[in-house]
Order: sequence, then structure tokens, then C-alpha cells
Amino acid sequence: MNERIPDPAPGRPKAGPSGPGAGDDREPPSPPFPERGLGGKHTDLLRELLAHATGDGHLPWRRLLKPGDWLLLVCAAALVAASYPLLWRGGVADRAIVRRDGQLVTELALNIPRKYAVAGAIGTTVIEVQPGRARVLSDPGPRQYCVQQGWLTRANAVAICAPNHVTLQLAGRSGQNGGYDTLNY
Amino acid sequence: MTRSTIELPVTADDYRIARYAAAAIALTVAEAALPSPLPGIKPGLANIIVLVVLTRYGWHDAAWVSLLRVVAGSLVIGQFLAPGFFLALAGALCSLGVLALAQHLPPRFFGPVSASVLAAFAHIGGQIALARVWLVPHDGVFYLLPLFATAALVFGTINGLVAARLLAIPVAAPVTTPATPPSVKAAS
Repeated sequence: MNERIPDPAPGRPKAGPSGPGAGDDREPPSPPFPERGLGGKHTDLLRELLAHATGDGHLPWRRLLKPGDWLLLVCAAALVAASYPLLWRGGVADRAIVRRDGQLVTELALNIPRKYAVAGAIGTTVIEVQPGRARVLSDPGPRQYCVQQGWLTRANAVAICAPNHVTLQLAGRSGQNGGYDTLNY
Repeated sequence: MTRSTIELPVTADDYRIARYAAAAIALTVAEAALPSPLPGIKPGLANIIVLVVLTRYGWHDAAWVSLLRVVAGSLVIGQFLAPGFFLALAGALCSLGVLALAQHLPPRFFGPVSASVLAAFAHIGGQIALARVWLVPHDGVFYLLPLFATAALVFGTINGLVAARLLAIPVAAPVTTPATPPSVKAAS
């Protein structure tokens, strides 16, 4: 807010706002520390930034864009738009995988509602499938963790009925996802 | 009482970088006051300064300004060595890497907006990668990727336009006056 007077650049005051902001610019009458160069320059830079960001008499915004910029913006916008369904669909499950002792028992498509009973180590686990989701309907395990987990909807979600050695896992569209704990894109 | 005997030689480049870094830090601090709908989505106004420095003085100065901004800005906000600091550092390093490549784009066709958008995507990419590896070791972070990418596109474009408008102003003189270092030296 000081050291404005010895500024040798003639362009800065001219480029500042010519309207109501110009009088505002000159308002602080006596700079208390006239030789604090760094602070003065620093605020000048910010002032320059703000004045030019809000001031008029500049090039219109679209003149600042070159052909390559437009191309890149369009490509980037298309990529961003494409990422929405891609990522959200990737999380959608389309089949349920039922295993006993780690061995595949069956794969159920998630488009028809049905129930499926698996004979496990201590009894029978009943899997229920509805369009887009699956759950463990009943299980002989003492604590009922996998039943209380409720509906599984996301790909790679798992319900484990450990006492009965049965697992229910959902798999997404790209089948190879199931074998990985984690994925990086 | 005694005068310091350590005299660090300070060049005009140092003063210039310090001035720009100070502006970038000020923007970082101002931006920290803005409410954010989602952690990680920020306008990134300080990158305007980095873009201006990149175009006017080259990648070396831009890297200094960017990294000084990250370190000193986090000190001011009180986030130094907090997770947010490392996320910002990862983003800054990634975007500097991309800017190193993007500055070789033909200037006839590509302006600051391209550099800004590319840097914004690199920024968010670096942050998400670090968050995935370190903070949230679960693929759930990727479900937010479309939101982050949208923010990067929007804010990258706006920042690039602001930088382009600043760069379109013919006066680069106030910030490059060679008269400053002696006066500052006398004051200190």
C-alpha cells in the first residue's frame, strides 16, 4: 500500500481501473513506511492482479483462447463427460458368485429374482438375488454377520458366512476385476 | 546488538521469485477461507501466478514459486506436514512435471489456458494417486474422480483465462524493475 510514487512504470496506473476504482487507488495519503520495498511491491502485484481481473477495456475473454486451447478444452470436456458413466457403471454388479471353502459353487446373474440354497459345513445358507443386488437371506451361523450385512449392490462387495464356509461376492461387468483386492487406473 | 555476520548473496532473481511466491501464498491463504463442497476441490488461484511466472520467466522460476507456495502457504495456514500438505505437494509436483512438457507446445496454437487445464488435471491426478496409495487405500476414492475432473476442468479454464488476461497486458515492467534490490537491501 506504499511506494507507489517512485514506480517508474508508466503503464500500471494507466492500466488500472479507470472508473470508480481509480480514486480509491489514490486514497491512502501518507505511506507510513516509504522504503519497505518488498511489501509495497507485493501488494502492487496483488493490486495489479485484482485490478486487471476486474477492469474493463481488455480483450474479450474468448480472444484469449487459441485454436489449440479450444481443441484441448473440447477433448478434456469429452473425457470428463465420459468418465461419469464409465466410473459409475464400473461399480455396478451384474452377477453374484457363491463359493464354498473357496471353491466356486455357482454364479447367479443379477437380472432375475431367485433364491439359491448352498449346503455348507454346518447347514444350509440361502442366497437371495434380486435385480441388481443380492444378499444372504438365512444362514446357520451363530452370529448372523453375513445376514445382517443386508443387500450387496456394488461390484466386489462380499458377505462372508465363516461358520458355514460360504461366501457371496458380487462381480462387475469386466470379469477380471474379481481376482484383485485393489485396482489402479 | 551485534550485526549478523552471515551475508547471503541475494540476486535479482531471488527477489523476483520471492515477490511472485508471496503473491501466490497470499492467494493460497485467501483461498483457504473459502468453504469447499468436497475436500480437495479448490479453485487453485495460486496457480494463476505459477502460470504467469512460467510464461514470463520459464519453468525454473515457476517451479520455485510453486514449491515455495506449497511449503510457506501450508506454514501460514498451519497445515505443514499435515496430510493436506502432502496432497498439495504431490499435486504441485505432478502439475510442474506436466507444465515442463506443456511449455513446449507450439505457442501459436496453445496459450495459458491449455497449460492451466493440463496442470489442473495433473494436480488432481497427483492428489488422487497419493490419496489412494496413502490416505484412503481403497478404490472408493476413484468414484469421486468425475467430480474432481470436472472441478479441474472448470477451475483450470478459469485460472488459465485469468492468467492469459494478465499476460496479455503489455506492462511487465512494475515487477521486473531492476531498481528494487538495492532499495530492499538498504531497508533490511
